[in-house]
Amino acid sequence: MKKQSKVVQYNKWGYIFLLPFMIVYIVFQLIPLISTIYNSFFENYRVGLQQIGPNFIGIQNYVQLFSTPDIWQYLANTMIMWIMGFIPQILVSLLLGAWFTNPSLRLKGQQFFKTVIYLPNLIMASAFAMLFFTLFSNEGPINSMLVGAGFFAENYKWLSHTLSARSLVALMNFLMWFGNTTILLMSGMLGIDPSLYEAAEVDGASSTQIFYKITLPLLRPILIYVMITSLIGGLQMFDVPQILTNGTGDPARTTMTLIMYLNKHLYSKNFGLGGALSVFLFVVTAILSILVFRINNATEKKN
Amino acid sequence: MNNKEESNFGRTTKVIGCYIVLILITIICLFWFYLLFVNASRSNSELSSGGFTMLFSTHALDNWNNLVHGTLPILYGLRNSVFVAACTAILSVYFSTMTAYAIHAYDFKLKKYVYAFILAVMMIPTQVTVLGFLQLIDKMKMDDSFIPLIVPSIAAPITFFYMKQYMDSTLSISLVEAARIDGAGEFRIFNTIVFPLMKPAIAVQIIFTFVTSWNNYFVPALVLHTDKKKTLPILIAQLRSADWLKFDMGQVYMMIAFSIAPVIIVYLILSRFIVGGVSLGGVKE
Repeated sequence: MKKQSKVVQYNKWGYIFLLPFMIVYIVFQLIPLISTIYNSFFENYRVGLQQIGPNFIGIQNYVQLFSTPDIWQYLANTMIMWIMGFIPQILVSLLLGAWFTNPSLRLKGQQFFKTVIYLPNLIMASAFAMLFFTLFSNEGPINSMLVGAGFFAENYKWLSHTLSARSLVALMNFLMWFGNTTILLMSGMLGIDPSLYEAAEVDGASSTQIFYKITLPLLRPILIYVMITSLIGGLQMFDVPQILTNGTGDPARTTMTLIMYLNKHLYSKNFGLGGALSVFLFVVTAILSILVFRINNATEKKN
Repeated sequence: MNNKEESNFGRTTKVIGCYIVLILITIICLFWFYLLFVNASRSNSELSSGGFTMLFSTHALDNWNNLVHGTLPILYGLRNSVFVAACTAILSVYFSTMTAYAIHAYDFKLKKYVYAFILAVMMIPTQVTVLGFLQLIDKMKMDDSFIPLIVPSIAAPITFFYMKQYMDSTLSISLVEAARIDGAGEFRIFNTIVFPLMKPAIAVQIIFTFVTSWNNYFVPALVLHTDKKKTLPILIAQLRSADWLKFDMGQVYMMIAFSIAPVIIVYLILSRFIVGGVSLGGVKE
């Protein structure tokens, strides 16, 4: 009897240790989230020095947000640049992961290569974007190299063409994330029961067959997990295009992302539209997060 | 026999092919940074007339001196970045470990719900709540201060998740019970027994939270307004929005090199640790 009361007494410490997290989370995340949602139902912006609102206007902000073409254009930009970076990212990561975990190849220097490919992930995205901006500027070193080597007759304006500007953003995203993805996929590949490979080899399967028939299907949960988390990250794309284009999203706003759009509303203090945009992003990420949560649960149950 | 030789030959060509691709990828990863350090060592006139080169020049120190005595308060930027990142890393890791311990070691009624809640909110990005966050810190008179950049890191679901996973695999409750029999208080047990036992995970997360905060641009740019309070990413953005043609390009490259060099150096020293940490945790956005 006495022992039990003591256990209960200990367990109240669970709540005490949770307090800092809970208080900080409620104050700095939950209350801001609720007030962001609240804001989205009010007209609240500035015209010059004049403050309009806040007046309750129901769902007018959402109507305005979704009836203008801007948000769809920026959503499309964000998705296009994400896909342009993600496809090479997943392909290269799968290839490298398969090589690194293939026992018959016995590749040396793995630690070195892993160190190299993970490096760009830790680099300050804004500094990386500034670096690309200077390297790819009209008179910059990349142009002088390409012209010098005879690839181009004259300097190419990388940031004035939609495709090349988007490609630069995608290239940076690819460089920053493929190392991380490779390492995640590798831990998934190493988790596959080696006896499956041995059995397949005994049956005379080629390494290509093994990759498509064993590795890929067993990796499916991890691949989906990587894809959705990358998509959530992609929706938050901001630092790279913001610094590269100085917040303009040029050329002709074809590199403007959703968060850059939000950033504009925050600077101009248009809290109504900014709120509606935040809620939209919140709903989309929430749906994607639920998917991740389900996948994680499913794989945990299997294990 | 013949067959075996053939497959050996096949293997060798395949391995050579792998190395060629790996070396190409290595070059694609490092080329930009190599070029950055080369250009940071060249003077403005060399940069504007010479174009592309892979060879280091001799003006690194001049560029550095010009940068430090220029208009951008980069030494303040360095101090601010180090201060914010260090405080964030320490608070985030200490309190995340504490939160993980609460879920790991105790059995209380709401435990299941709290755990599910933290996992559920793990993926919500700060961007979607930043509007309310800015209004809140305005009301709390914390605008243009470091507090709103540091204190919220106490509630870091991703760091918590990593700590919880590490605890599940290493910390046994019998150790805690033994300490209780010796009469140690719960808070003391956490600080003197549990926390030190978590050292490997703490080291990994200190590095990750430090680097994340060091690189953070979006929220600090919205919170900090005074020049002397700005962190390095904001100064980089300022460099970009200034009429950059007027700038001494040697200084621009030096500024970029200066912001990323600390992370590269720390990474090269601890890379084995960090790369291992990524695969250990599994989840890292």
